Amino acid sequence: MQTTPFYPRTSALCTSFAWKEWAGYAAVCHYTPHSEAEVFAVRSTAGLLDVSPLFKYDVRGPDAGAFLARIWTRDISTIGVGRVVYSAMCDEQGWLLDDGTIARLGPDHYRCTSSEPWFSWFLKHSRGFDVEITETTDEICGLALQGPRSRAILKGITEFDMDRMRFFRVRKTLVGGVPAWVQRTGYTGDLGYEIFCENEHALALYDAIMAAGEPHGLVPMGLDALDVARIEAGFVLQGVDYITAKDCLIDGLKSTPDDAGLGWTVDLEREPFIGSAAIRAERERGPAWDLVGLEIDWEALDELYNAAGIPPHLAPEACRLSVPVYDAQGQQVGQATSTTWSPTCKRYLALAQVRRPHHRIGTELRIEHTPLFERQTLPATVVEKPFFDPPRKRETPGAAKPQTPAPEVQS
Amino acid sequence: MSQKYDAIIVGGGHNGLVCAAYLAKAGRKVLVLEKRHVLGGAACSEEVYPGFTFSVCSYVVSLLRPQIIRDLKLAQFGLHVLPLESTFSPYPDGRSLMRSADPAATRREIAAFSPRDADVYPLFGKAMGQLARFAKPIIDERAPDPSSYRPRELMQLLKMGKQFRDLGDDLGLLQYKLTTMSAVDFLAEWFETDELIAPMSCSGIIGTMLGVKSPGTAYVLLHHYMGEIDGASRSWGFARGGTGAISMAIARSAEHFGAEIRTNAGVSQIKVKGGEAKGVVLEDGSEIDARIVISGAEPRLTFLGLVGESELPNDFVTQLKRYKLRGSSGKVNLALDRFPDFKSRPGIGMHVRGDISIAPNTDYLERAYDDAKYGDFSKKPFMNIVFPSVLDPDMAPDGKHVMSIFVQYAPYHLKEGPSHWPEKREAFGDAVIDTLAEYCPTLKDSILHRQVLTPWDLEQEFGLTEGNIFHGELSLEQLLFQRPASGWAQYKTPIRKLWLCGSGAHPGGGVMGAPGQLAAREILMGGAC
Repeated sequence: MQTTPFYPRTSALCTSFAWKEWAGYAAVCHYTPHSEAEVFAVRSTAGLLDVSPLFKYDVRGPDAGAFLARIWTRDISTIGVGRVVYSAMCDEQGWLLDDGTIARLGPDHYRCTSSEPWFSWFLKHSRGFDVEITETTDEICGLALQGPRSRAILKGITEFDMDRMRFFRVRKTLVGGVPAWVQRTGYTGDLGYEIFCENEHALALYDAIMAAGEPHGLVPMGLDALDVARIEAGFVLQGVDYITAKDCLIDGLKSTPDDAGLGWTVDLEREPFIGSAAIRAERERGPAWDLVGLEIDWEALDELYNAAGIPPHLAPEACRLSVPVYDAQGQQVGQATSTTWSPTCKRYLALAQVRRPHHRIGTELRIEHTPLFERQTLPATVVEKPFFDPPRKRETPGAAKPQTPAPEVQS
Repeated sequence: MSQKYDAIIVGGGHNGLVCAAYLAKAGRKVLVLEKRHVLGGAACSEEVYPGFTFSVCSYVVSLLRPQIIRDLKLAQFGLHVLPLESTFSPYPDGRSLMRSADPAATRREIAAFSPRDADVYPLFGKAMGQLARFAKPIIDERAPDPSSYRPRELMQLLKMGKQFRDLGDDLGLLQYKLTTMSAVDFLAEWFETDELIAPMSCSGIIGTMLGVKSPGTAYVLLHHYMGEIDGASRSWGFARGGTGAISMAIARSAEHFGAEIRTNAGVSQIKVKGGEAKGVVLEDGSEIDARIVISGAEPRLTFLGLVGESELPNDFVTQLKRYKLRGSSGKVNLALDRFPDFKSRPGIGMHVRGDISIAPNTDYLERAYDDAKYGDFSKKPFMNIVFPSVLDPDMAPDGKHVMSIFVQYAPYHLKEGPSHWPEKREAFGDAVIDTLAEYCPTLKDSILHRQVLTPWDLEQEFGLTEGNIFHGELSLEQLLFQRPASGWAQYKTPIRKLWLCGSGAHPGGGVMGAPGQLAAREILMGGAC
């Protein structure tokens, strides 16, 4: 397995030796024997996560915007310099391939992140566009700094006023003296930033952020804590909550954006893009599935465990095993794909793909639960997501000041 | 006659607010009246020194009922409880012991003192966990009345009996020992290391005027094993923003459900006519009527202070006067310029992310009690310390810290009399700091501000009669159907339409909210408002 450029630091901190594979890289699951402290840190102080394994593509050229608008479900051609958007990506049949972010770093320069490799896909669909596509996965590394204290941490080491940076904006700046792209994005649903830099600066960036974070309670954070946070935030994970169509042997395993709860990223009122005709046709038929938030009834769970003579016990981390979901008549109507106890919301929560019309808020379903090796079911209700959505995620304390024109981003 | 309010709640402490929220949720018109400028009673956060927020009195949260958090949507209203990750005990000789949620690490720590105790520790935890499951329904239900033959009472007693039988012989005996023995004797049946027994025994004496070797102090050890979800092996937490953040979340929830809350609105009298509560008189002389009045205040204060002896049956008055308050603890809150390293384990590690016990050995604790028995504060007190700013950096300016020190013994009844506390306040504070300096040599130089609260201050400022932090000692004879008085343990009182909802009612003190919730349940069930 490969290691990321932050490995000298992360390996020294990872006293649990709990690592796993992420896109060919070794990634930390949790730094100490339990991920709990990291989960609490991301909601009360801040956590620092190595996100270098994300696939990254730099797209340059006069047609870059138009090209990306063709690849992604959102109209990338309309976003201004210094902005970032989250979008989905489909194949010609409208099946979901991936989701990721697209940052406009300059007038003719964009950077996409994704969970799967798409270089050949990008190349194939770039015919006729004046663009240059470079995979930068192994040249650019990244850190996600997430949590209510993340802004205060960056303030001391960033050369411009972090109070003015708004949600889903990107800007090239110096972070601890290191040239880096700071974008106010993340996968935790909290106030947070993702900071990318050239590999050669990795350790200087890491050290600067950790040092600045010390009085703020910053802790290094692994993928297990991220998994809990992203479920609380209602974010889907490719490979868990839906599977990229490129890996599916049968259509039954594939999802459309509407099936996966990503319909909101689809903009059909524009030039056709890959999959747009199929999505339009599906919408005329009516999508079959939706991805919803479920809350599992705690009192019923408590009773189930009491009946078994043991105290309620849930795994301390999120569960990624698919679990069947039934309607009131006992008919299976879908599956929960990510389940977690939320220490923040104090609720037992799941993301589930269910057949419509069982997706409606308030629908009473049942979910499989297995205390003591015996399969049982528990009541679960379809509820609004995100489960956790603090105002600080979007708030910009310096936004009230007169807005200056979007700064030129040098790349 | 139509009333503007269905219920007036006297006191905006956390229990009063919980009760208000449940009643409002059930559609009742509720008014909460709080004497102070901040809500929360003893569960409050205040910026006592610029930039530093203190959890002035209550400093950790244990056993806040999960169903209250769910029912009142407290997480949605801003409650965020961070786990206390460890219990750390430094010793004067430079050794130390940290117990945490990591069983292997805890085992190694204890093994440095006794390999035998290291093995026994998880077995003790398992046995206590099983007993805690027996105790849990007791705090989630109102206390049954053993003198009544009503079906509801009998059913509840029967259920408790069955649960006790289900424990089996071994655990049943353990339960019996737990309710009769002293904390030290009980622990000594399991452990041989005094350095381990001492800090563990302290949970048995908190808030009581008893020593760790006094019989009946063992059962509170159970509290530590009653943690629910999130609480793999510990049930103590710290609320982000301090303990007041819990009260504020409950208040926001209560307001969301329609309750009206007023601060700076002290009640001077509960109006009673013909044995029935009619409303309240405020300190400014104004009167407000309601269908019922619910008091979150301490029972003796409620009845002898706000109602008046003449309205009450004689034997009830006698019981109230006998009710053991006799506060035994004080609180010192420090604003610190920098972190004061522990000599035995410097730095800001996991050992300072939990609670820290200054309880080096059982004789030390007993000697601390000796001072108090004869009306003096302990020269070398037991202390329980938390660094809120380490868990939540918002509690202090960047790089600076707040230190919360619970101190026992500080007996309300000084030999000179309780009113002499103000002149002893600083000497008491000095004893605390001098003792701590043996463990943290740099502490004295880092203090920016010191707030010392004696039991006298707790009474005068927070209405905690005799400075008792639990509204009455949590000794066995003052629990269950005896709290606060026999025959009056189900939130009803000898005054019709006057109810209790505070820590002086079952199941007692601590930031758990159960008295408020159970009182609301009884009030609604009986159709009282």
